[in-house]
Amino acid sequence: MSTPTSPELNAIKNLKQIAREEFILPGTAICGGCGGLAALRLAAKVLGPKTVFVNAAGCFTLLATFPYTPFKGSWLYTTMASAAAGAQGVRDALDVLIARGKVPAEDDVEVVVVAGDGSTYDMALSATSGAIFRGLDFWYFCYDNESYGNTGMQMSSATPYGARTLTTPVGEKTRAGTEHGKKDLFEIWRAHRPAYLATVSPRFPIDLTNKFLKAKRLRGPKLFIAHAPCPTGWLYEPELTADYARLAVETGIFALKEAVDGVVTHTYVPRRHRPVEEYLRGQGRYRHLFEPVRNEEAIQKIQEQVDHYWANVHETTGAAR
Amino acid sequence: MKHRQLLTGNAAAAWGARLADVDYIPAFPITPQTEIIELLAQWAADGTIPARFVTMDSEHSMFTAAGAAAATGARVFTATSSQGLLYGFEVLYTIAGWRVPLVVVNVSRALASPITLEADHNDILSARDSGFLQIHTETCQEILDTILMAYRLAEDQRVMLPVLVNLDGFTLSFTREPVDLPTAAAVAEFLPPYQPPHAFIRGDAPMAQGAAVLGGAAYSYFRYQQHLAQENALTVHQEIAAEFAARFGRHYGLVEPFQLDDAEYVLVMSNAFATKGKAMVERWRACGVKVGLLRLRVLRPFPAAAIAAALTGRKAVAVIDQNLAPGLGGITYQEIAAALYGSHACPPLVNVVGGLGGKDISEGEFAAVLVALQQAAAGEQVLGPWLLYTKPEQERMRTLLKIAGKEVLA
Repeated sequence: MSTPTSPELNAIKNLKQIAREEFILPGTAICGGCGGLAALRLAAKVLGPKTVFVNAAGCFTLLATFPYTPFKGSWLYTTMASAAAGAQGVRDALDVLIARGKVPAEDDVEVVVVAGDGSTYDMALSATSGAIFRGLDFWYFCYDNESYGNTGMQMSSATPYGARTLTTPVGEKTRAGTEHGKKDLFEIWRAHRPAYLATVSPRFPIDLTNKFLKAKRLRGPKLFIAHAPCPTGWLYEPELTADYARLAVETGIFALKEAVDGVVTHTYVPRRHRPVEEYLRGQGRYRHLFEPVRNEEAIQKIQEQVDHYWANVHETTGAAR
Repeated sequence: MKHRQLLTGNAAAAWGARLADVDYIPAFPITPQTEIIELLAQWAADGTIPARFVTMDSEHSMFTAAGAAAATGARVFTATSSQGLLYGFEVLYTIAGWRVPLVVVNVSRALASPITLEADHNDILSARDSGFLQIHTETCQEILDTILMAYRLAEDQRVMLPVLVNLDGFTLSFTREPVDLPTAAAVAEFLPPYQPPHAFIRGDAPMAQGAAVLGGAAYSYFRYQQHLAQENALTVHQEIAAEFAARFGRHYGLVEPFQLDDAEYVLVMSNAFATKGKAMVERWRACGVKVGLLRLRVLRPFPAAAIAAALTGRKAVAVIDQNLAPGLGGITYQEIAAALYGSHACPPLVNVVGGLGGKDISEGEFAAVLVALQQAAAGEQVLGPWLLYTKPEQERMRTLLKIAGKEVLA
């Protein structure tokens, strides 16, 4: 097997420096245009072949469907709520077996949780908190498509205000669809002071690659929230995934950032944010905000939330607007 | 190190894990199991055992970590009780489906609500369909011995399934009995280090575990495999039991017959209260009543043939279930009735429920069971399930209800 790429772990500057070798092969049951899989594919290029993906119930559970697996590394499906505990068991077992001479050190692997937002933000919050608290040396990759996607787009606590889902439908009493705001998982995780924490987008591959490279040098919990535009659930054409991934960042709705030992840095700050409407319009899950009658109040509210977030960022970091 | 020590049931369980030379112990406290993990934590902290001890955030996480470590190739031990077993319940099925060997001790405690502390078997019996093997113990010595045998059973290539070893909370977990501790060297000969031929989470041998299947035929295949492995475990258990007896001088069967040879009436019991049943058998025998006792030990795989062989031809059999399936009756009664169905000389069966939540089974209650057995033998219809309760208990309960301000029905 060829060696993992970018062995020096130096930050890359252009796309050509991203490994050409694939560690997740095509031909899976995952939807065309899945933003989460695009992000995981890039992450795997840094993680390399000596990897075990520990999975929680969600869309990506269908990646490994007997007798096929797209991974060059190993795979372990656990439950919906306890993938991080599975990572704990694997990591601890490898540590003990290597220490006792039962497994050669060169057969060690990177332990990577792969879970959706339904698992991560809701059911698995406790198990993941436990693993971070214990300082477990593992990776966590959350593909955040802002819903229970595998069951057909129901609300999770990652679903943003204003998005329509099948369990937060638009009605007389719920004109915005989802009336809650999205849970701030980044801040919840940051309060645990993990070794590394970052948000990534499949449309910003250099930023994503550099974050995984940076984390690879660190021991402890290395946590990633990947923006995962979802044509099937968000209701847009699959070829537009890259556009919506970019717009989420350019409008400021999805902030690219990292936290090392709890200190936050925004890794990409657009010079001027585009109006959120450019991101919302065109996605079926937000159509009710524009048709048949424009819901100015809801659109304004989303814009204000984004403006408020970035005003705080600029205030606390002194970054130029 | 003294060869023979006075140990609680919990300490005997911890010694079982220690002598099995386990690699990994993910843990979570729950009464009445906690003493087991406290002892193991101390030994791990002192370096007395090489295992890594980790306190998890719940039993759900604990079982997941335990199964994942076993899948990675470690020899794993953990323990739980009651609500803890139920909190981690879905993971039991998950681990069994992974076909990984590990040993879990359950210290039986009745289930909420109402929440309580003492033993009955609704917790452990809820896991009877999980794919775990299940062995129920009566004495502290048997706990230790069974854990050692359980690793052999779980790791056998014909089985490759996890094992639950059960002991009763309080009555056994906190009762001290003399226990013969085999030497580590003797145990290592009986139970060599685990060689995991199917461990897959290694850089040189990647593999997918727990992969999804689409379609009932693939699913059924893997479920049937679990059943066939359980069937294999009946034979494998007897091989291991014979070897254990040869090495250590103590033999454990799938079931334990007590004064059965000429018994006309038989009590079927399990776990610590079987000791009470045995005492009653001896008392009855002294009065000339031919009673015997069959103790259920290996519950999964279910030793139907051994049970049928022990019970057919008796005048009457009472199954005393320390559990209750509301709306049905005793759980093991149903399974024993099924094992006897269609056999020649099938005895009348009496379904008795008692000892819930640690409630005693008094001499008077045993006497009532014997009367029921004699009535059944005489051809009377003995309607069950019989729910054991004494007059003093009823009176005490009336007092409590009065204090609680509840109307007491006559």
